[in-house]
Amino acid sequence: MAEVQISAQRPRRSLWQRSRDFPILPLAVLLIVFIIPAFFAHWIALHDPYVPNLRARLQPPIFFGGTWEYPLGTDRLGRDIYSRIVHGAWYVLAVSFIGILVGVVVGTTLGLIAGYVRGWFDGFVMRLVDISLALPAMLLALALAAAMGASFLSVVIVVGFALWAYFARQVRAEVLLLRNADFVARSRVAGSSHFRILFRHILPNVTNTIVVLATLQVGIAIMLDASLSFLGIGIPRPTPTWGLLVSDGRDFIATDWWIAFFPGLAIMLTVLSVNMIGDWLRDTLDPRLRQV
Amino acid sequence: MLRYLLQRGASSLFALLIITVIVFSLSQLSGSPVDALLPDDATQEQIDIFIREWGLDQPLWKQYLTFLGNAVQGDFGVSLKWPGESAMGFVLDRMPATLRLGGLAILITLIIALPLGIAAAVYKGSAIDRIAQGFALLGQSMPNFWLGIVLIWIFSVWLGWLPTSGIGSFAHLILPAIAIAWFQISALARLTRSAMLEVLDAEYIKLARVKGVSEWAVVFKHALRNAAVVPLTYFGILAASILTGSVVIESVYSYPGMGWVAIEAIRGRDFPVVQAVIIAYAVIYMLSNLLVDLLYVIVNPRIKHG
Repeated sequence: MAEVQISAQRPRRSLWQRSRDFPILPLAVLLIVFIIPAFFAHWIALHDPYVPNLRARLQPPIFFGGTWEYPLGTDRLGRDIYSRIVHGAWYVLAVSFIGILVGVVVGTTLGLIAGYVRGWFDGFVMRLVDISLALPAMLLALALAAAMGASFLSVVIVVGFALWAYFARQVRAEVLLLRNADFVARSRVAGSSHFRILFRHILPNVTNTIVVLATLQVGIAIMLDASLSFLGIGIPRPTPTWGLLVSDGRDFIATDWWIAFFPGLAIMLTVLSVNMIGDWLRDTLDPRLRQV
Repeated sequence: MLRYLLQRGASSLFALLIITVIVFSLSQLSGSPVDALLPDDATQEQIDIFIREWGLDQPLWKQYLTFLGNAVQGDFGVSLKWPGESAMGFVLDRMPATLRLGGLAILITLIIALPLGIAAAVYKGSAIDRIAQGFALLGQSMPNFWLGIVLIWIFSVWLGWLPTSGIGSFAHLILPAIAIAWFQISALARLTRSAMLEVLDAEYIKLARVKGVSEWAVVFKHALRNAAVVPLTYFGILAASILTGSVVIESVYSYPGMGWVAIEAIRGRDFPVVQAVIIAYAVIYMLSNLLVDLLYVIVNPRIKHG
């Protein structure tokens, strides 16, 4: 057997040197548009996102004839667009975070075990990976929505399903290299159980990969969640998820463009900055993932 | 080569089988068809007859085999929302509309993405490269349904050049096709760029240049052919994204294709049609993947002779 080099010394500048390229602007945008609203919606929202106010219907945004009372305008029921976006951030964050968590836990566990035990289980898991990668997540989303009705749970399942295979494939590939490493053999000789080797010795060696991959998936998760809400098969009304807000404004684009425009802008800015931070993290922690 | 294709075909069929299992088990999740199809005041006798006719008293695996047997013949029962239509027949009616839209989207993607990616690689670091990269970053962050709405706003409402929604003329196809293609353009351009960069760095390209082959021939005859394999593998993913895109974008533009039917059927809780549409999408998707495998064999001689 060819020896496998684990400690492949890739030329790497220290984290400190790398930090000079840290994407400050994307992080700032992400905090302002996404993170802070998600956690502090109640403090920074100007109005109740659910209560209609018919006297304030269809106010234009500030600089387009509106007032600071409704900075991004109001919808046809007089609800403040800004406050609705701010309150929606939490749900976007929750769905993408939990969905990715499901994908990470399922994918990592299966990938770890498959790569470690090999044999029929490995073949079985890789088969599942192939099928899962071959199945557009949208089909599952349609089927789930039809069968059990759309809910927070169904969206999380769809996101987890869409992502787990990437983690399983990547983790397995790394475990295949690691399982023959010296430290694994020595730990075995020292009497460690397989369980201990997998989760105490091998898992820490693949965490970088998992973190980078998870960050790169955030954009995909947010986009998937937004598409489902837009179609009405995401978290049901009246929750102001961002996709739903865009869909609310679809029929009013000719006259009241701001209803659909600003929620979409929030999605775009969030995904854009997450992707830029993800790229930076990948280049810093795990440049090999460039191919993924 | 034949073995390779057979292998790919078998694995596609297997995936399709899994989809039928998923669709079938979801139909079990959705509650008993007795509640869905019979009126509330049905007598016990009517219920018994219904259960026997539909085979609901059979064990699950037998029900699945019946479902599979019917599915193979394209029989998913009748639509609940559109009375008098067979579920699959209704979906097949809408299929050409979706294929037209998807085909145009693929065409637009290729026409823009390939030249952009090649130019970005050949003139690396130039203005066009920076434009391509900026476009790639932006394109992947823009939700397609939002882009669709913004396009309506600009080109239909503001400029008045194109219709806002519906179906009919070629003009109706343009905006939705662009909205579907947008994301694909950025992804494919980026992929083409990196594949070309890698190939342009290879020894045989340097040799060709040393021999005095014209730059044009180096790029298009030597490099492009070798780089083409990578974008081609992307085609499988492209088919999936266009399928997903069609569901979303058809809904934006009220374009009555398969994606529109899927969403309407879910809203109307019309399960036979939902099943039919999912299976139809899956079959289209598997076929396009097989086509990609075939093209892959043609472009990559290592498999052909292997």
